[in-house]
Amino acid sequence: MAKTTDAAHRNPLYAGRRRRNRIAKALAMLATAFGLGWLVLILGVLLYKGIGGLTLSVFTEMTPPPGAAGGLLNAIVGSLMMTVLAILIGTPIGILAGTYLAEYGRYARLSSVVRFINDILLSAPSIVIGLFVYAIMVAPMGHFSGWAGAVALAVIVIPVVVRTTEDMLTLVPDTLREAAASIGLPRALMIIRIAYRAARAGIVTGILLAVARISGETAPLLFTALNNQFFSADMNAPMPSLPVVIFQFALSPYAEWQKLAWTGALLITVAVLALSIIARSLTAARKSS
Amino acid sequence: MSETSLRVTAITAAETASRGAALKRLRLIDVAFHGLTRASAVAVLLLLGSVLASLIVGAAPALGTFGFSFLVDETWNPVTEKFGALAPIYGTLMTSALAMLIAVPVGLMIAFFLTELCPMALRRPIGIAIELLAGIPSIIYGIWGLFIFAPFLQAHVQPFLIDALEDVPVLSSLFSGPPYGIGLLTAGLILAIMVLPFVTSISRDVFEAVPAVLKEAAYGVGCTTWEVFRHVVLPYTRVGVIGGFMLGLGRALGETMAVTFVIGNAHHVSASLLAPGTTISASIANEFTEAVGDLYTSSLVALGLILFFITFVVLAIARYLLIRIERKAG
Repeated sequence: MAKTTDAAHRNPLYAGRRRRNRIAKALAMLATAFGLGWLVLILGVLLYKGIGGLTLSVFTEMTPPPGAAGGLLNAIVGSLMMTVLAILIGTPIGILAGTYLAEYGRYARLSSVVRFINDILLSAPSIVIGLFVYAIMVAPMGHFSGWAGAVALAVIVIPVVVRTTEDMLTLVPDTLREAAASIGLPRALMIIRIAYRAARAGIVTGILLAVARISGETAPLLFTALNNQFFSADMNAPMPSLPVVIFQFALSPYAEWQKLAWTGALLITVAVLALSIIARSLTAARKSS
Repeated sequence: MSETSLRVTAITAAETASRGAALKRLRLIDVAFHGLTRASAVAVLLLLGSVLASLIVGAAPALGTFGFSFLVDETWNPVTEKFGALAPIYGTLMTSALAMLIAVPVGLMIAFFLTELCPMALRRPIGIAIELLAGIPSIIYGIWGLFIFAPFLQAHVQPFLIDALEDVPVLSSLFSGPPYGIGLLTAGLILAIMVLPFVTSISRDVFEAVPAVLKEAAYGVGCTTWEVFRHVVLPYTRVGVIGGFMLGLGRALGETMAVTFVIGNAHHVSASLLAPGTTISASIANEFTEAVGDLYTSSLVALGLILFFITFVVLAIARYLLIRIERKAG
């Protein structure tokens, strides 16, 4: 027995295959370390650069003029307002469209077209969405506004919610639907009272993912909401947002602004990663139950 | 006796009437809800349609003025109002190609590790960690690229590349000129990190769908882990893997903020990867709010239309391939 293994070891064909296997395995581990390395590196630098500026004044003071100290209050409030509004606009449309795809029109020809188009929208360049909203809102109204920013974000929310709603409703077992139908429940009530309830965690996950996605979006806000140095709760005026302020401050030559940009970047990243981890654990709990 | 039967009929009549009303109400709800969901589904179609329409309308003046030469002209001069899209298109394609060149092999190897080598307990955490890379907003990649990555490349990597490749025929022109730090190479590398999670997670998903019997059969005749992966898993999942690449490519093509920070915004087509350049999305982000004059604005919208068209084609191919593999698995 030992003799044959020895022979196998010495056979150049076998030795070559083993070597290739070892090299491939090593490369795979190296690639994984490479990928994880970037995550550690990016998060590490963010913490290192951002945490120093993380004081209470960040949350209580307005964005400063060049050369002065200040905070990010107006940008944070602006981001929150536009995000909430975008979710309020985008979610109902998204859930209803997802419902059509999963329930009424699961096998309809219209659905396969909508599914395809929705997937395209899901990965469409967000800057193009900005151009679109500029054309339909900013140009006719004659000025940049928080409304336009919220609509641009809503356009990004819709495909995310459509996709997750459809996926989650499809996972609801048909026996539930049949049980509801057998006691004479009409389809609309079956969907609202049974299917939505069964898929609730999944649909909420979709909304959370959409929030995570839009809270870091910069490109569609650049020429819809623009920016504002001052506090503004007026949706009809240009509105500051965290990502746009980071963009502007990071590219400026002032040290104070750059420092605030890093702090803002840390805030956004923590918020976005926390949201996506919560969303993930929601679906994970669902799957295991 | 007759009294009871009378009462029964009376109740039934009343019940029938109220049941009829209730049923009518329910049917109305059903029809209304059906209509509402259907209208929302159609709204998604209209949304894409109106995005396209608004871009075409906005781009019409520029395309009408410059015609086909818009696509092949390098000039970008706001003062003389002469615009051509060659430099941004070149930058977009070049940075994306560079990104895919790095992200595809690395992503495939990570997926190989996650599906064949990694201990079960570590699979989920590592998978999630890689996917978190996709969750980091692009502006974070941008600020990180500008302040950390670009200076590092400028100080350590680019001078080395310039020296090392000086005498190699083609590569020497790709890596020539002074090391600016910002430029096509930096943008391409950052894009590579950004699309890596997409390539990885889709490859992993399709690798996991390979029937265990196929792999077991290959192991049974004595294949090594790598041979099973290379000759059984990869050929079986080829279509899905290509679909995943296309999806990643779609991301890379349209990515805006990360690139805007590190590309340098120079409307030049230069052979060197180290030179500053521009991409379609970076040009729009940098110049749109400052654009004065209808022709300037319209040219930027035309750039957006070109980008939309390119990504649409790439994403459509990706979706088509992924749908095909879903059917095969389903």
